[in-house]
Amino acid sequence: MKNDRRARIKEVADRLSAGFVSAGALPVETDSLLPADVLLDLYGEDIRARAYVTHDPLQGEQMLRPDFTVPIVQRHMAEGAEPARYTYNGNVWRKQSGGRPAEYTQVGYELFDRTDPAGADAEVFAMFSGMLAGYPLKVTTGDMGVLLAAVDGLKTTDRRRAALRRHVWRPVRFVRLLERYGGMTPPPETRSALLAQVAELGAEKVLEQAGTPQGLRSEQEVLARIALLQQDSAAGPVSAEEVQMLEQVLALKDTSTAALDQLRDMAASFPALQAPADAMEDRLKAMAARRVDVDNLPFEVSFGRTSMEYYDGFVFGFTAPDRPDLPVVASGGRYDALTRVLGQGRSIAAVGGVIRPETLVAVQEGAV
Amino acid sequence: MNLKLGIPSKGRLQDKTIDWFAQHGITVQRTGSDREYAGQVLGVDNVELVLLSAGEIPKELAAGRIHLGVTGTDLVREKMPRWSDIVAEVEPLGFGHADLVIAVPDCWVDVTTVDDLDAAAAQFRADHGFRLRIATKYHGLVRNYLSGEGVADYQLVDSQGATEGTVKNLTAEAIADITSTGDTLRANGLRILSDGLILQSQATMYASKTAEWDADALSAWGGFAKGCGWAETPF
Repeated sequence: MKNDRRARIKEVADRLSAGFVSAGALPVETDSLLPADVLLDLYGEDIRARAYVTHDPLQGEQMLRPDFTVPIVQRHMAEGAEPARYTYNGNVWRKQSGGRPAEYTQVGYELFDRTDPAGADAEVFAMFSGMLAGYPLKVTTGDMGVLLAAVDGLKTTDRRRAALRRHVWRPVRFVRLLERYGGMTPPPETRSALLAQVAELGAEKVLEQAGTPQGLRSEQEVLARIALLQQDSAAGPVSAEEVQMLEQVLALKDTSTAALDQLRDMAASFPALQAPADAMEDRLKAMAARRVDVDNLPFEVSFGRTSMEYYDGFVFGFTAPDRPDLPVVASGGRYDALTRVLGQGRSIAAVGGVIRPETLVAVQEGAV
Repeated sequence: MNLKLGIPSKGRLQDKTIDWFAQHGITVQRTGSDREYAGQVLGVDNVELVLLSAGEIPKELAAGRIHLGVTGTDLVREKMPRWSDIVAEVEPLGFGHADLVIAVPDCWVDVTTVDDLDAAAAQFRADHGFRLRIATKYHGLVRNYLSGEGVADYQLVDSQGATEGTVKNLTAEAIADITSTGDTLRANGLRILSDGLILQSQATMYASKTAEWDADALSAWGGFAKGCGWAETPF
């Protein structure tokens, strides 16, 4: 029985993979055991909780491949020419809490092309949509670029904009920061006390009284942050209108065409939304040209906020509405930000997605 | 089958556990020489005493090799993902209090909350090119807490002992460790963040949900339950 299922999963994976190849993607393989440092630096502690890390006495920490994206981006940045289309079909390993297998297959498609972002987004989405047609799935799309642009447009200090940008993917802290900057919650008492003390004695004196310096974080670093805290406390709050606008943007959820109209309305009073609205219009046109029914395609600004830190543009996900027990069947999006971190200054325009054949087979079984 | 009761094999935790049982009319005593890990329970039938290192008790409970065990909440929550599926908390015993806290150097006058720690971590990563290091042996608990708080740009580095010294030794910038009085932290120039309390731990009696509870074991449970005022069934 078990073998039958494995065979069926492999059959589905191979069929999907053949589909990507026939659409012009170059099949690529990567190592299963990857150096952990790059992945840890990129994803932080979250990945350590989810991926299998092992130690090699000579090579240091190694990680069982948690996804294909990073090794493929690295290889492309080292030796690839653009535009490039890659596809992969292989296993990844992730610790699972719900008793799901920790080893499962991913079939994916990555497109690196900086000439036509809207066209690239549409190409990848239409490809996934086509491959998954016929399965009882629900699709959702989003665009991290809308929220990022809204943050960039706030009339406040660069520091605050940067702090909000940094936490766009962590809703809890994002809301806390926004409430602080908007003056809805007061600064913590300890901070007010520190600033009062600094005003009275001067920062150097306060630091001197705090005890012997120790550790790698230097006195200069502490003084620099005190200066920032002083500047921040002198800056006025983000206006109520802007906080409300941001909340409205976060809550925007409609069909794609209707969502674009609403975005245009908001852009009338908040010009920072003009650029993402234009980008969305271009993308919807490119999608419509590929026969995607954008009038009925669901769109949520907040979609994909917690799925991967480095999605910074168009995102999409396919789930099985009748099977809430199953993980997402397919997901993807634009992740230029990830290539910027990996490339240490260099970046590429990247959009891609991944399908889990196991989940597709489970959906089929459920539907029989 | 006898009910197997696991208690710490030595030290204050063992003494306090024995005292606690004595207060409930149950005599738990070691047998043989001081160095021999053997003992018995008087006052309840069908009980076998198992002396274990405190750190082993969660593992033995999870494997179902002991029915009851005394260990710290911190160890159970750190070592057992989905712990409440595996063990039941019978009763907190009122000793072995310890808090798992996040502490930073005294000289970081700008960092008093987790919020500050997050901001300092961002700047630290930008200045030094690597994530701010927090030394701990409680990886699961600390990671869950910081992830729930939406903290970024940090990394956990493993420290199995003398964690308070890691900042001075430049192997970490901050620590997350167990403290009961805070004396060791203060002596090492470290200060607890005002909202840096991750878990309040104490010695607790746990019942294994994976152990085999046959008639003998249940009757022994009944004996304990009567003296200790526990429920009729272990969970």
